[in-house]
Amino acid sequence: MRNHVWRPLYVALGIVVLVLIVRTLVVPKDFGVHERGYMYGWHRKSDEQFWKAVKVKYKTSEYCKDCHRDKYDDIRNSPHARIMCENCHGPALSHPDDPPTLTIDQSRELCVRCHLYLPYQTSGRGKIRGIDPETHHPEVECTLCHWPHNPTREAKK
Amino acid sequence: MVHGELWTVKELFVYPNEYIYWTIQIVMYPFMTGLVAGAFVLSSLYHVFNVKQLKEIARFSLVFSFALLPTAMLPLMFHLLQPQRGIEVMLTPHFTSAIAAFGIVFSTYGMIVASELWFVYRKHFVESALALRQIGDRTFSQHIRHLLFSALTLGAMDISEHALEKDEKAVKVLAGIGIPVACFLHGYAGFIFGSVKANALWMTPLMPVIFICSAVVSGIALCLLTYIVAMELRKLLFSWKRKQRPLYTSADELKSTEVLTVTMTAKYLVMFMVLAISLELLDLIFRGYTAVKSWDILRSVIYGRDFINIFVIQYGLGNLVPFVLFLLPRLTIRRAVAGTILMLLGVFMMRWNVVIGGQAFSSSFAGFMHYHLPIWPETMETYREGLFGALTVVAIPFVLFWFLDKIMPVFRKGAD
Amino acid sequence: MISRRNFCKKSMLLVGGVALPLAAFELFNPKKLMADKSDEAKVRWVFLVDTNKCTGCGFCVRACKIENETPYDANVSRTWVERYVLTRDGMTYIDSPKAARDGFKTSKIDQGEGKFKEIKGEEIDKAFFVPKLCNQCENPPCVQVCPVGATYQTADGVVLVDRSWCIGCGYCIMGCPYGVRFFHPVYHVAEKCNFCYHRISRGMKTACVDACPFDARKIGNIKDPNDPVTRIIMTERVNILKEEYGTKPQVFYLGLTKEVK
Repeated sequence: MRNHVWRPLYVALGIVVLVLIVRTLVVPKDFGVHERGYMYGWHRKSDEQFWKAVKVKYKTSEYCKDCHRDKYDDIRNSPHARIMCENCHGPALSHPDDPPTLTIDQSRELCVRCHLYLPYQTSGRGKIRGIDPETHHPEVECTLCHWPHNPTREAKK
Repeated sequence: MVHGELWTVKELFVYPNEYIYWTIQIVMYPFMTGLVAGAFVLSSLYHVFNVKQLKEIARFSLVFSFALLPTAMLPLMFHLLQPQRGIEVMLTPHFTSAIAAFGIVFSTYGMIVASELWFVYRKHFVESALALRQIGDRTFSQHIRHLLFSALTLGAMDISEHALEKDEKAVKVLAGIGIPVACFLHGYAGFIFGSVKANALWMTPLMPVIFICSAVVSGIALCLLTYIVAMELRKLLFSWKRKQRPLYTSADELKSTEVLTVTMTAKYLVMFMVLAISLELLDLIFRGYTAVKSWDILRSVIYGRDFINIFVIQYGLGNLVPFVLFLLPRLTIRRAVAGTILMLLGVFMMRWNVVIGGQAFSSSFAGFMHYHLPIWPETMETYREGLFGALTVVAIPFVLFWFLDKIMPVFRKGAD
Repeated sequence: MISRRNFCKKSMLLVGGVALPLAAFELFNPKKLMADKSDEAKVRWVFLVDTNKCTGCGFCVRACKIENETPYDANVSRTWVERYVLTRDGMTYIDSPKAARDGFKTSKIDQGEGKFKEIKGEEIDKAFFVPKLCNQCENPPCVQVCPVGATYQTADGVVLVDRSWCIGCGYCIMGCPYGVRFFHPVYHVAEKCNFCYHRISRGMKTACVDACPFDARKIGNIKDPNDPVTRIIMTERVNILKEEYGTKPQVFYLGLTKEVK
């Protein structure tokens, strides 16, 4: 009688073959070693496309310029020049199609981000003119007196 | 709540995305695989090195090690956020990662233990299958048992002396190969931690060796403990049955716990424990001596926050006390039980202090994180990564062992 | 005539024997491996952070959260800003309240567990802000430890995570020395900053670079010698985080001092 000792080994090999067959069925075809080698580039290539196709939400101020030229120019000639429109108005997305209007954030929290005075001289923060939000007119919105697009001007009523 | 936020309390400066991500189940996993490795080594001590006094416990630990194997997968299934994708480790393994070794090592080890069990129990399978075949009118359960045992024979029905000798030789070979594989099964778990350069506590080349040694300790301790408990329970059952029916005689050859077996096993237990603790202390001494950048925060974790966990519970109760218990002359069964329980506690605390301790400080080295183990399972998350999940993992091997014992009997006569 | 038994046995052996080397070949295709060495990418993204200019306004964190759909209320973020306050008595206080997504609303340092440290202006020696994000390392330890190939690096140096393949083991999160990775609260897979790959691949800048009103953040291509970011990195004194880990991070810092963690 042939040596029965090898039978468990055949079972084991059978399992390995099964795993390999499952592998060809389940693993995506473009999964493999790509540009960065096996250590850093072992992946499904089409995933890169997924990440490239994510929807862009923030369109940058250049996008706003075409329709809102006056406001764009106003802010560009002010100390707030580098603040992009969408920082205070939210992402443009597909505006004006969707959303038709963007929000205008008039909350104190927004202005306090930069204008809470912090005495940090080794940082750009210390150079920003600021206030203590708890004592400086805590009951009203900043925009009551300050015009955010150009803070050198009086607030538009 | 993000994953980890529920049971993490941050103190001072911790990076915003840092939480304790590897919790109780990651403590359980090396603990369970350690038991597997230890149980197998114990069984191999008999099969390979012919330590005759270990014959009884060898069979038991082999079956128990097979019951522990699927259990070892359970903590991982509980921990993974996408457990249904766990099979990917077998399909697209990235071998630069220690975890990818899991697929291969686990399967190899599983096949070795399964094969060894097959050779040990083949005679029993054949005899059972043939006996069931004799029965003309089989009941449903007998029919199932007949199918099961016939399948388990794998068609090798020859149980002559010559064939059984071949079986024994195969067992020896498998037990021999199995020891390094069992070591690898646990060594790779140590490598998973030891190779993470981002974690100042885990990063050390000693980690794989420490894990293996403490794994063997835990495995032997558990087998010894379960063996004692099982033997004593059987004795109790027998005497209870005897009281009910005074003329009751059992075909089982009833033995009580063999002190010689216990003493011999305890010797190996102490040896491995001494090795494990030497390495751990060596690691600690080196860290304190070299005092690199991370030493300040590590010192406040090891000697401050985790002092009781490390020195009182793990080293004191878990190592020193059992050491004394086992070395005192004339070892009693009771002392052995106490010693093994404390050793299991010690090994568990070692895993805890490595996994949780390694996340007790922030990678910023400027803050701490406190771990609060979820006790009551209110949600799936608090069940899986909480106390009840851990208890499930602890209970399963015994449940599985009960089922396995029906096919591969450990204590009854069929087991020879 | 071959017996049925022998036929079954031989064909099983054939299938198994063929499956094994074919599978192995897929893993280690020598042609592909050779191509990796000789293929020189034209773009390698790098980032420049100027900690002298950062004011801690947190607009970058907010923009990142919205652009990359990280739930605003979740206590994780792909990028964050740290505040460092060094006092006269030699103490260093660091915080990053909610990753600075709402800026720094108070001068009190958040010390966790509801505790706050008040520091008077005259006690401060130095104070500054340090933005942090994924360094897209040249030797990313997070990619090395992924067991299934769910996280990887593209030819232009950005490290991405395949959301459909990640098993959620967390090894990459433990492997990152900079603490930039986390579990996404909705998708339950690993997540991290990816240099707004969808924007930079379109010729735009990352959301945080566009949002910063103070020019503290810049992104560029190190392979382009005319890139302004490349010029600064080549000519000015820049630093990187945690160099000792050998990760070769590609986010460069101006004004990075020893206190920064």
